Amino acid sequence: MSEVIAFLKPRAEVLARRSVIIADLADLLPPECLVHEARELVPFETDAFVAYRRLPLAVALPKTTAEVAAVLKYCHRYGIPVVPRGAGTSLCGGAIPQEDAVVIGLSRMTQILEIDTFNRTATVQAGVTNLSISDAVSPEGFFYAPDPSSQLACTIGGNIGMNSGGAHCLKYGVTTNNLLGVKLVLVDGTVIELGGKHLDAGGYDLLGLVCGSEGQLGIVTEATVRLIAKPEGARPVLFGFDTSEGAGACVADVIGSGIIPVAIEFMDKPAIEICEAFAKAGYPLDVEALLIVEVEGSEAEMDAMLALIVEIACRHGVKTVRECQSATEAALIWKGRKSAFGATGRIADYICMDGTVPLSQLPYVLKRTGEIVQGFGLRVANVFHAGDGNMHPLILFNANDPDEAARAEAAGNEILKLCVDAGGCLTGEHGVGIEKRDLMRHQYSKADLHQQMAVRAAFDAQWLMNPSKVFPLDGRPAMGTVSA
Amino acid sequence: MSAISTDMTSITANPLDTGAMSAILVPICEEEAAGMIRAAAEAGRRLSISGGNTRSGFGNRVDADAVLRSAAMSGIVAYDPAEMVMTARAGTPVAEIEDILLENNQMLSFEPMDHRAVMGTEGEPTIGGVFATNASGPRRILAGAARDSLLGIRFINGEGEVIRAGGRVMKNVTGLDLVKLLAGSFGTLGFLTEVTFRVAPRPQTEQTLIVSGLEDDVGARAMALAMGLSVEVSGAAHLPESVRGRFLSGRLPDGAATVLRLEGLSASVPVRAEKLTAALHRFGPVSRVEAEASAHLWLQIRDVLPYADRSQKPLWRVSVSPGAGASLVAALRLEAGVDAFYDWQGGLVWMRMEADPEAALLRALIARFGGGHATLLRAGDTVRDQTPAFEPQPAPLAALSERVRQKLDPAGIFNPGKMGA
Repeated sequence: MSEVIAFLKPRAEVLARRSVIIADLADLLPPECLVHEARELVPFETDAFVAYRRLPLAVALPKTTAEVAAVLKYCHRYGIPVVPRGAGTSLCGGAIPQEDAVVIGLSRMTQILEIDTFNRTATVQAGVTNLSISDAVSPEGFFYAPDPSSQLACTIGGNIGMNSGGAHCLKYGVTTNNLLGVKLVLVDGTVIELGGKHLDAGGYDLLGLVCGSEGQLGIVTEATVRLIAKPEGARPVLFGFDTSEGAGACVADVIGSGIIPVAIEFMDKPAIEICEAFAKAGYPLDVEALLIVEVEGSEAEMDAMLALIVEIACRHGVKTVRECQSATEAALIWKGRKSAFGATGRIADYICMDGTVPLSQLPYVLKRTGEIVQGFGLRVANVFHAGDGNMHPLILFNANDPDEAARAEAAGNEILKLCVDAGGCLTGEHGVGIEKRDLMRHQYSKADLHQQMAVRAAFDAQWLMNPSKVFPLDGRPAMGTVSA
Repeated sequence: MSAISTDMTSITANPLDTGAMSAILVPICEEEAAGMIRAAAEAGRRLSISGGNTRSGFGNRVDADAVLRSAAMSGIVAYDPAEMVMTARAGTPVAEIEDILLENNQMLSFEPMDHRAVMGTEGEPTIGGVFATNASGPRRILAGAARDSLLGIRFINGEGEVIRAGGRVMKNVTGLDLVKLLAGSFGTLGFLTEVTFRVAPRPQTEQTLIVSGLEDDVGARAMALAMGLSVEVSGAAHLPESVRGRFLSGRLPDGAATVLRLEGLSASVPVRAEKLTAALHRFGPVSRVEAEASAHLWLQIRDVLPYADRSQKPLWRVSVSPGAGASLVAALRLEAGVDAFYDWQGGLVWMRMEADPEAALLRALIARFGGGHATLLRAGDTVRDQTPAFEPQPAPLAALSERVRQKLDPAGIFNPGKMGA
């Protein structure tokens, strides 16, 4: 893909001292925790936003909070940029390094420190994967609710950086609603604790500020998260509609009815066709839109809720209703949805947008999205979390065709602007990173952005932490002199 | 409300809690408020921020030159029941919002506490005050705190600039979350002018199971067991014998009451109640209150009824891990006269001290029992002047918080000293 997103110009004085820096870092870390050979740096040159790549100066893979603090303190002292990294699954380029930066990767900090069933908390190191928390507490009857699609690989540290969501956050909230405390290393190596096992952290809500700050305020090395009792059962039902509008209106009515499903997933016709061809989930091919609504509870509760939901769907002219009679059928319904990104990747390259819109705007935004992408001569498939308006249009293109790639990126930008103009936002769960950085001005005024940058500077006056991300590169206050 | 003229800006009075004679500024719109704040910043005039002034007991006493009130910036700006999102001006009375939500069979899921009874204040609580104090009631353990429902804000920073943060959608990770930062900042970072928050459907029905006669620590175990079951307990409180008689006009059964609320579909609540009752029987006799009586009980717990006693006895709001609450109170009782009851599965402890606030002792014990914080909610003036209202923070965290504060209010004109140690 042609590169249109700029990075900060590497600091020449840092590049010039590369060998000294590596030697110094070697004094701070065990030998196996420092990566600096060009060949070994390649796995760290990008994340899941693969169109952009930069080799970092070095990669530190500390095993303890003390080592993280030592590296940060050193980098702070010598003005060396730092890029934090979890598992590198960011879809917005949040973990892509730059030539003058030391990557601090948390992949070796993978201990589950404490499971406390009385208080329903788990305290883990930041490199623990999202799914392994749920796996660890499952025997005790609990789970950790936020479930991003990449949960097998992504780390809790990365989830905190991006305030990750997932299909189930309609009922349980996103990371920030499930995070009770963190151990945070500030840019100068100071270690602080925010929150703990109590339900509300005292003082200013710095925990809420750090969550979703994309590695710009410090590095989280430990987290205490809330655990939830596993429901007795969960059951999805599948609905097919003749129009996207019908499906959208049904979503709004279900939400308004007082039932809180765990998930409401939406797929349009192109997405249905792609997923069905891949997963053979038995999706209806004669409908324009499909909803998967999942409820939780005892058999009696699920029966009652599903009866209500089916009644609502009927009011909106549902064409196909598939309730499942067995776990196998339920798994099949989800298999199609969960394979959506993988299945799409088999037929084309794609970029995945992440704008969120108010529920009432869903039908309009879907229609306009189709028109925008068509206007650029491309195709789009929509598959997303409808219950909270978090859209994921997949724009299909051929990455070997630079012109198509540029058109895909342009179409994506148009769609995100559409989301903002419809009363929504640029990103619901993937983060800004580099991908949406230059669109921030479309959502925020100069004063809004300036205030955010000023708060950022309270943590990192020199702009060393993940500095090419989130805020447009031009118009930033002079380094170190940012004030409100 | 909009009839209040801008002439109010020059009216002087002697408002509560600010010491000397000072002006009361009551802007009727955001633009006017911004102008007042710019003028105050330029003149170095310190402002005491309030909405309805019903939560004025929070924090250290503020020495300000003028009061800036949002009460005249009132009204619901947008509300679409189908989207379950509301936008209101900061000075909108909570009662007005709750009435409209009730008409649409919806509610604020976080059950904001009404502080008037325990704080001995009068007036109308405002929605801005709810979010500025992050006021959250019993359902916080299931549905999150006020800050979790807050989606977007407009506020004026200490330089008089109007800042917008967040938005009106449930999922939003676009930029730094200043919404959370301003929630619970007690008017020390900015003057809220408008809030956008999610609302929730009202449950069809509710009932509360009562386990009677448990000691505090056993009550905590019963609550932990209940919260660990998949029955979606939406309130878990322990009311020791010393306070039990104050609730529901003494109609709760004899002995301490450990109370657990279930809400939801009519088809589901009885099923869950049966399951929970079966699990609780080994702790003691289980009884229940339903529907309106249940709702009334939780309103009384939310508003800390036993300590709404028109006294100035020091009242603490203590937040610790749920497992630590009972141990903390037991340890404190060895050295001080204290009465207490528990919400949030034991993690929110309301403590009324007999005489001395015992701040140092209490805070040392909180640290010993795993951490948390204590906020002095009420006390006589002398005690308040001698006791930091909010938990003092470790030096690096206090320094960071102060740097953040300076980025929003460089001249330090908003509620000076209210939150500091």
